[in-house]
Amino acid sequence: MTKILAFIEQRNGQIKKSSFEVAKTAFDLSNKLNASVEAICFGNEINNLESVGGYGISKVTLLKNPLLENYSSHYLSLLVDFINQNNFDVIVFSATSLGKDLSPKVSAKLNCGLAIDCIDLQVTDDSIIATRPIYAGKALLDIKINSPKKVFSLRPNVFNAGIPNENKAEVNILNVELDSPKVKVIEVKKSEGKIDVAEADIIVSGGRGMKGPENFKMIEELAELLGGAVGASRAVVDAGWRPHSEQVGQTGKTVSPTLYFALGISGAIQHLAGMRSSKYIVAINKDKDAPIFQTADYGIVADVFEILPALIEEIKKIKQ
Amino acid sequence: MKIAVCVSHVPDTASKINIASNGKNIDQSGITYIINPYDEFAIEEALKTKEKHGGETVAISLGSDANKETLRKALAMGIDNAVLLKDDKYRDSLSVAKALAEEIKSQNAELVFFGKQSVDFDNSVVGQLTSELLGYNCISVVVSFSLDGNKIICEREIEGGKEVVETTLPAIITAQKGLNEPRYASLKGIMAAKKKEILEKPALEAENFVEVISMKKPPSKQAGRIIGNDVSAVPELVKILHEEAKVI
Ligand SMILES: Cc1cc2nc3c(=O)[nH]c(=O)nc-3n(C[C@H](O)[C@H](O)[C@H](O)COP(=O)(O)OP(=O)(O)OC[C@H]3O[C@@H](n4cnc5c(N)ncnc54)[C@H](O)[C@@H]3O)c2cc1C
Ligand SMILES: Nc1ncnc2c1ncn2[C@@H]1O[C@H](COP(=O)(O)O)[C@@H](O)[C@H]1O
Repeated sequence: MTKILAFIEQRNGQIKKSSFEVAKTAFDLSNKLNASVEAICFGNEINNLESVGGYGISKVTLLKNPLLENYSSHYLSLLVDFINQNNFDVIVFSATSLGKDLSPKVSAKLNCGLAIDCIDLQVTDDSIIATRPIYAGKALLDIKINSPKKVFSLRPNVFNAGIPNENKAEVNILNVELDSPKVKVIEVKKSEGKIDVAEADIIVSGGRGMKGPENFKMIEELAELLGGAVGASRAVVDAGWRPHSEQVGQTGKTVSPTLYFALGISGAIQHLAGMRSSKYIVAINKDKDAPIFQTADYGIVADVFEILPALIEEIKKIKQ
Repeated sequence: MKIAVCVSHVPDTASKINIASNGKNIDQSGITYIINPYDEFAIEEALKTKEKHGGETVAISLGSDANKETLRKALAMGIDNAVLLKDDKYRDSLSVAKALAEEIKSQNAELVFFGKQSVDFDNSVVGQLTSELLGYNCISVVVSFSLDGNKIICEREIEGGKEVVETTLPAIITAQKGLNEPRYASLKGIMAAKKKEILEKPALEAENFVEVISMKKPPSKQAGRIIGNDVSAVPELVKILHEEAKVI
């Protein structure tokens, strides 16, 4: 029988939201392939690891050691051993910064095919067909892995984890002994208290139409009001108005939030590359021919300085 | 020390992508190819590392004769030697990595820079794959790099911040934007690059595990709904987002 393994990722002992998407997708695959499924997690103290049971996973193994709180080359060697010892055939990751680093290394060690940053997995005739965006989202590629073992990573925020049920997974703790890893994280520098665009469910992005860095105060206000993150076009990052970590697009971050505001952004192809898979896109631009309106779900053709204050006020009303 | 850089040859990011009639490739008409933008950061870091620590640099590209243009660009920027691993066929990432690994081994390169991602298939995996095939340490998506003797310290971008990562040679680094400012090729560099020989060899054969079933255009979104032309549209927009789309 095919055996599926879901890789559950934690940061600071909290399971990442995208890992629930992995758990649910792995479980759905197991049903369609008539396969078994379980999960693995690396870390030390993990909050509520049994909650992956709510997404259909009945067994999760925690490889436990304080050295595993942060990512290191131990992840690869331990994971590959675990896969080989237990004969897993299909391994599912999230395409986070960690997943994108680790999943190809696993596939090289297993000498198997890999489909990274998938946005859809379909099962036809017992094969998994993976869909992934290519050419910055200007085309989609359907691929099939023909090696016996297969590695997939899922673009965060695209697969629906659904609402979990009450089930709890059995947590199997394996304390591991480790020496110093060959590649190790010695420090994590967090950007101050803000939500990262790559993980935010709502993003408010500003472009050159915002006229200057001081006007991003309004964008910050709206983002905070919505519990979202601030994003930026490359034009404003290059101008030094915003940090590169906020840049959305081909040379910035790829995001798939539920709601994306493009304020004073023209919608250049390289910007669209980073945000076109957002569920809802709202554009405010004074140029009715701006390409962003081709991609937006809702638009207002007007001066952003007229609209933005009113928008903030109106949203405050419903938030009360 | 021998420092290698792997460079790929990709459609210009401004290219309009259409699907060829076989439904498995892109239509090549009207497409101009350039050096993969992330690989320019990789080249710059290789050059800076050589300037600081000495050594010799080599650029490696796997692909058709057309890739020579990208290799010339690397030479013009200041890379010492170039190797084309010739292959015109489709290859999956692991099979590309196997051929690159073979060449890196035969070059005896201890430090290899890759781009974080090729802007064609956007895989962002070949550096990581190659590192495991060679048994080299690997740090991906790097925005700062320093080498001291055998020891490497990098910063890599992660969600909501950066990780400071430590390792040792031999190593593979994949370059993210922000790592450096790639230099322009000087006229002298361009002239010298024209005269340099690009070493050509057949790429190591390796099996493909990933099969392309089809390529298609993303479903075109219905043109958006323009709600209005002035501030009076705001309540309507908020109502839609709140009540219809239920996203706020
Ligand atoms: C290799 C490469 C990679 C790239 N990568 C990226 C990337 O990752 N991300 C990215 O964003 N770009 C990227 N670009 C750049 C991209 O091509 C565009 O130049 C950039 O996205 C434009 O930013 P913008 O929309 O803010 O500015 P502009 O194109 O100048 O647009 C400003 C918009 O604001 C509107 N506007 C002006 N004033 C007002 C007002 N008062 N009220 C309302 N609207 C107003 C204008 O009508 C206009 O549409 C890349 C380019 C290349 C070549
Ligand atoms: N055909 C190739 N020849 C040489 N280097 C390549 C090739 N394909 C990918 N690379 C390298 O691997 C990096 C990541 O590519 P990819 O995993 O395809 O997105 C690129 O930035 C290049 O440095």
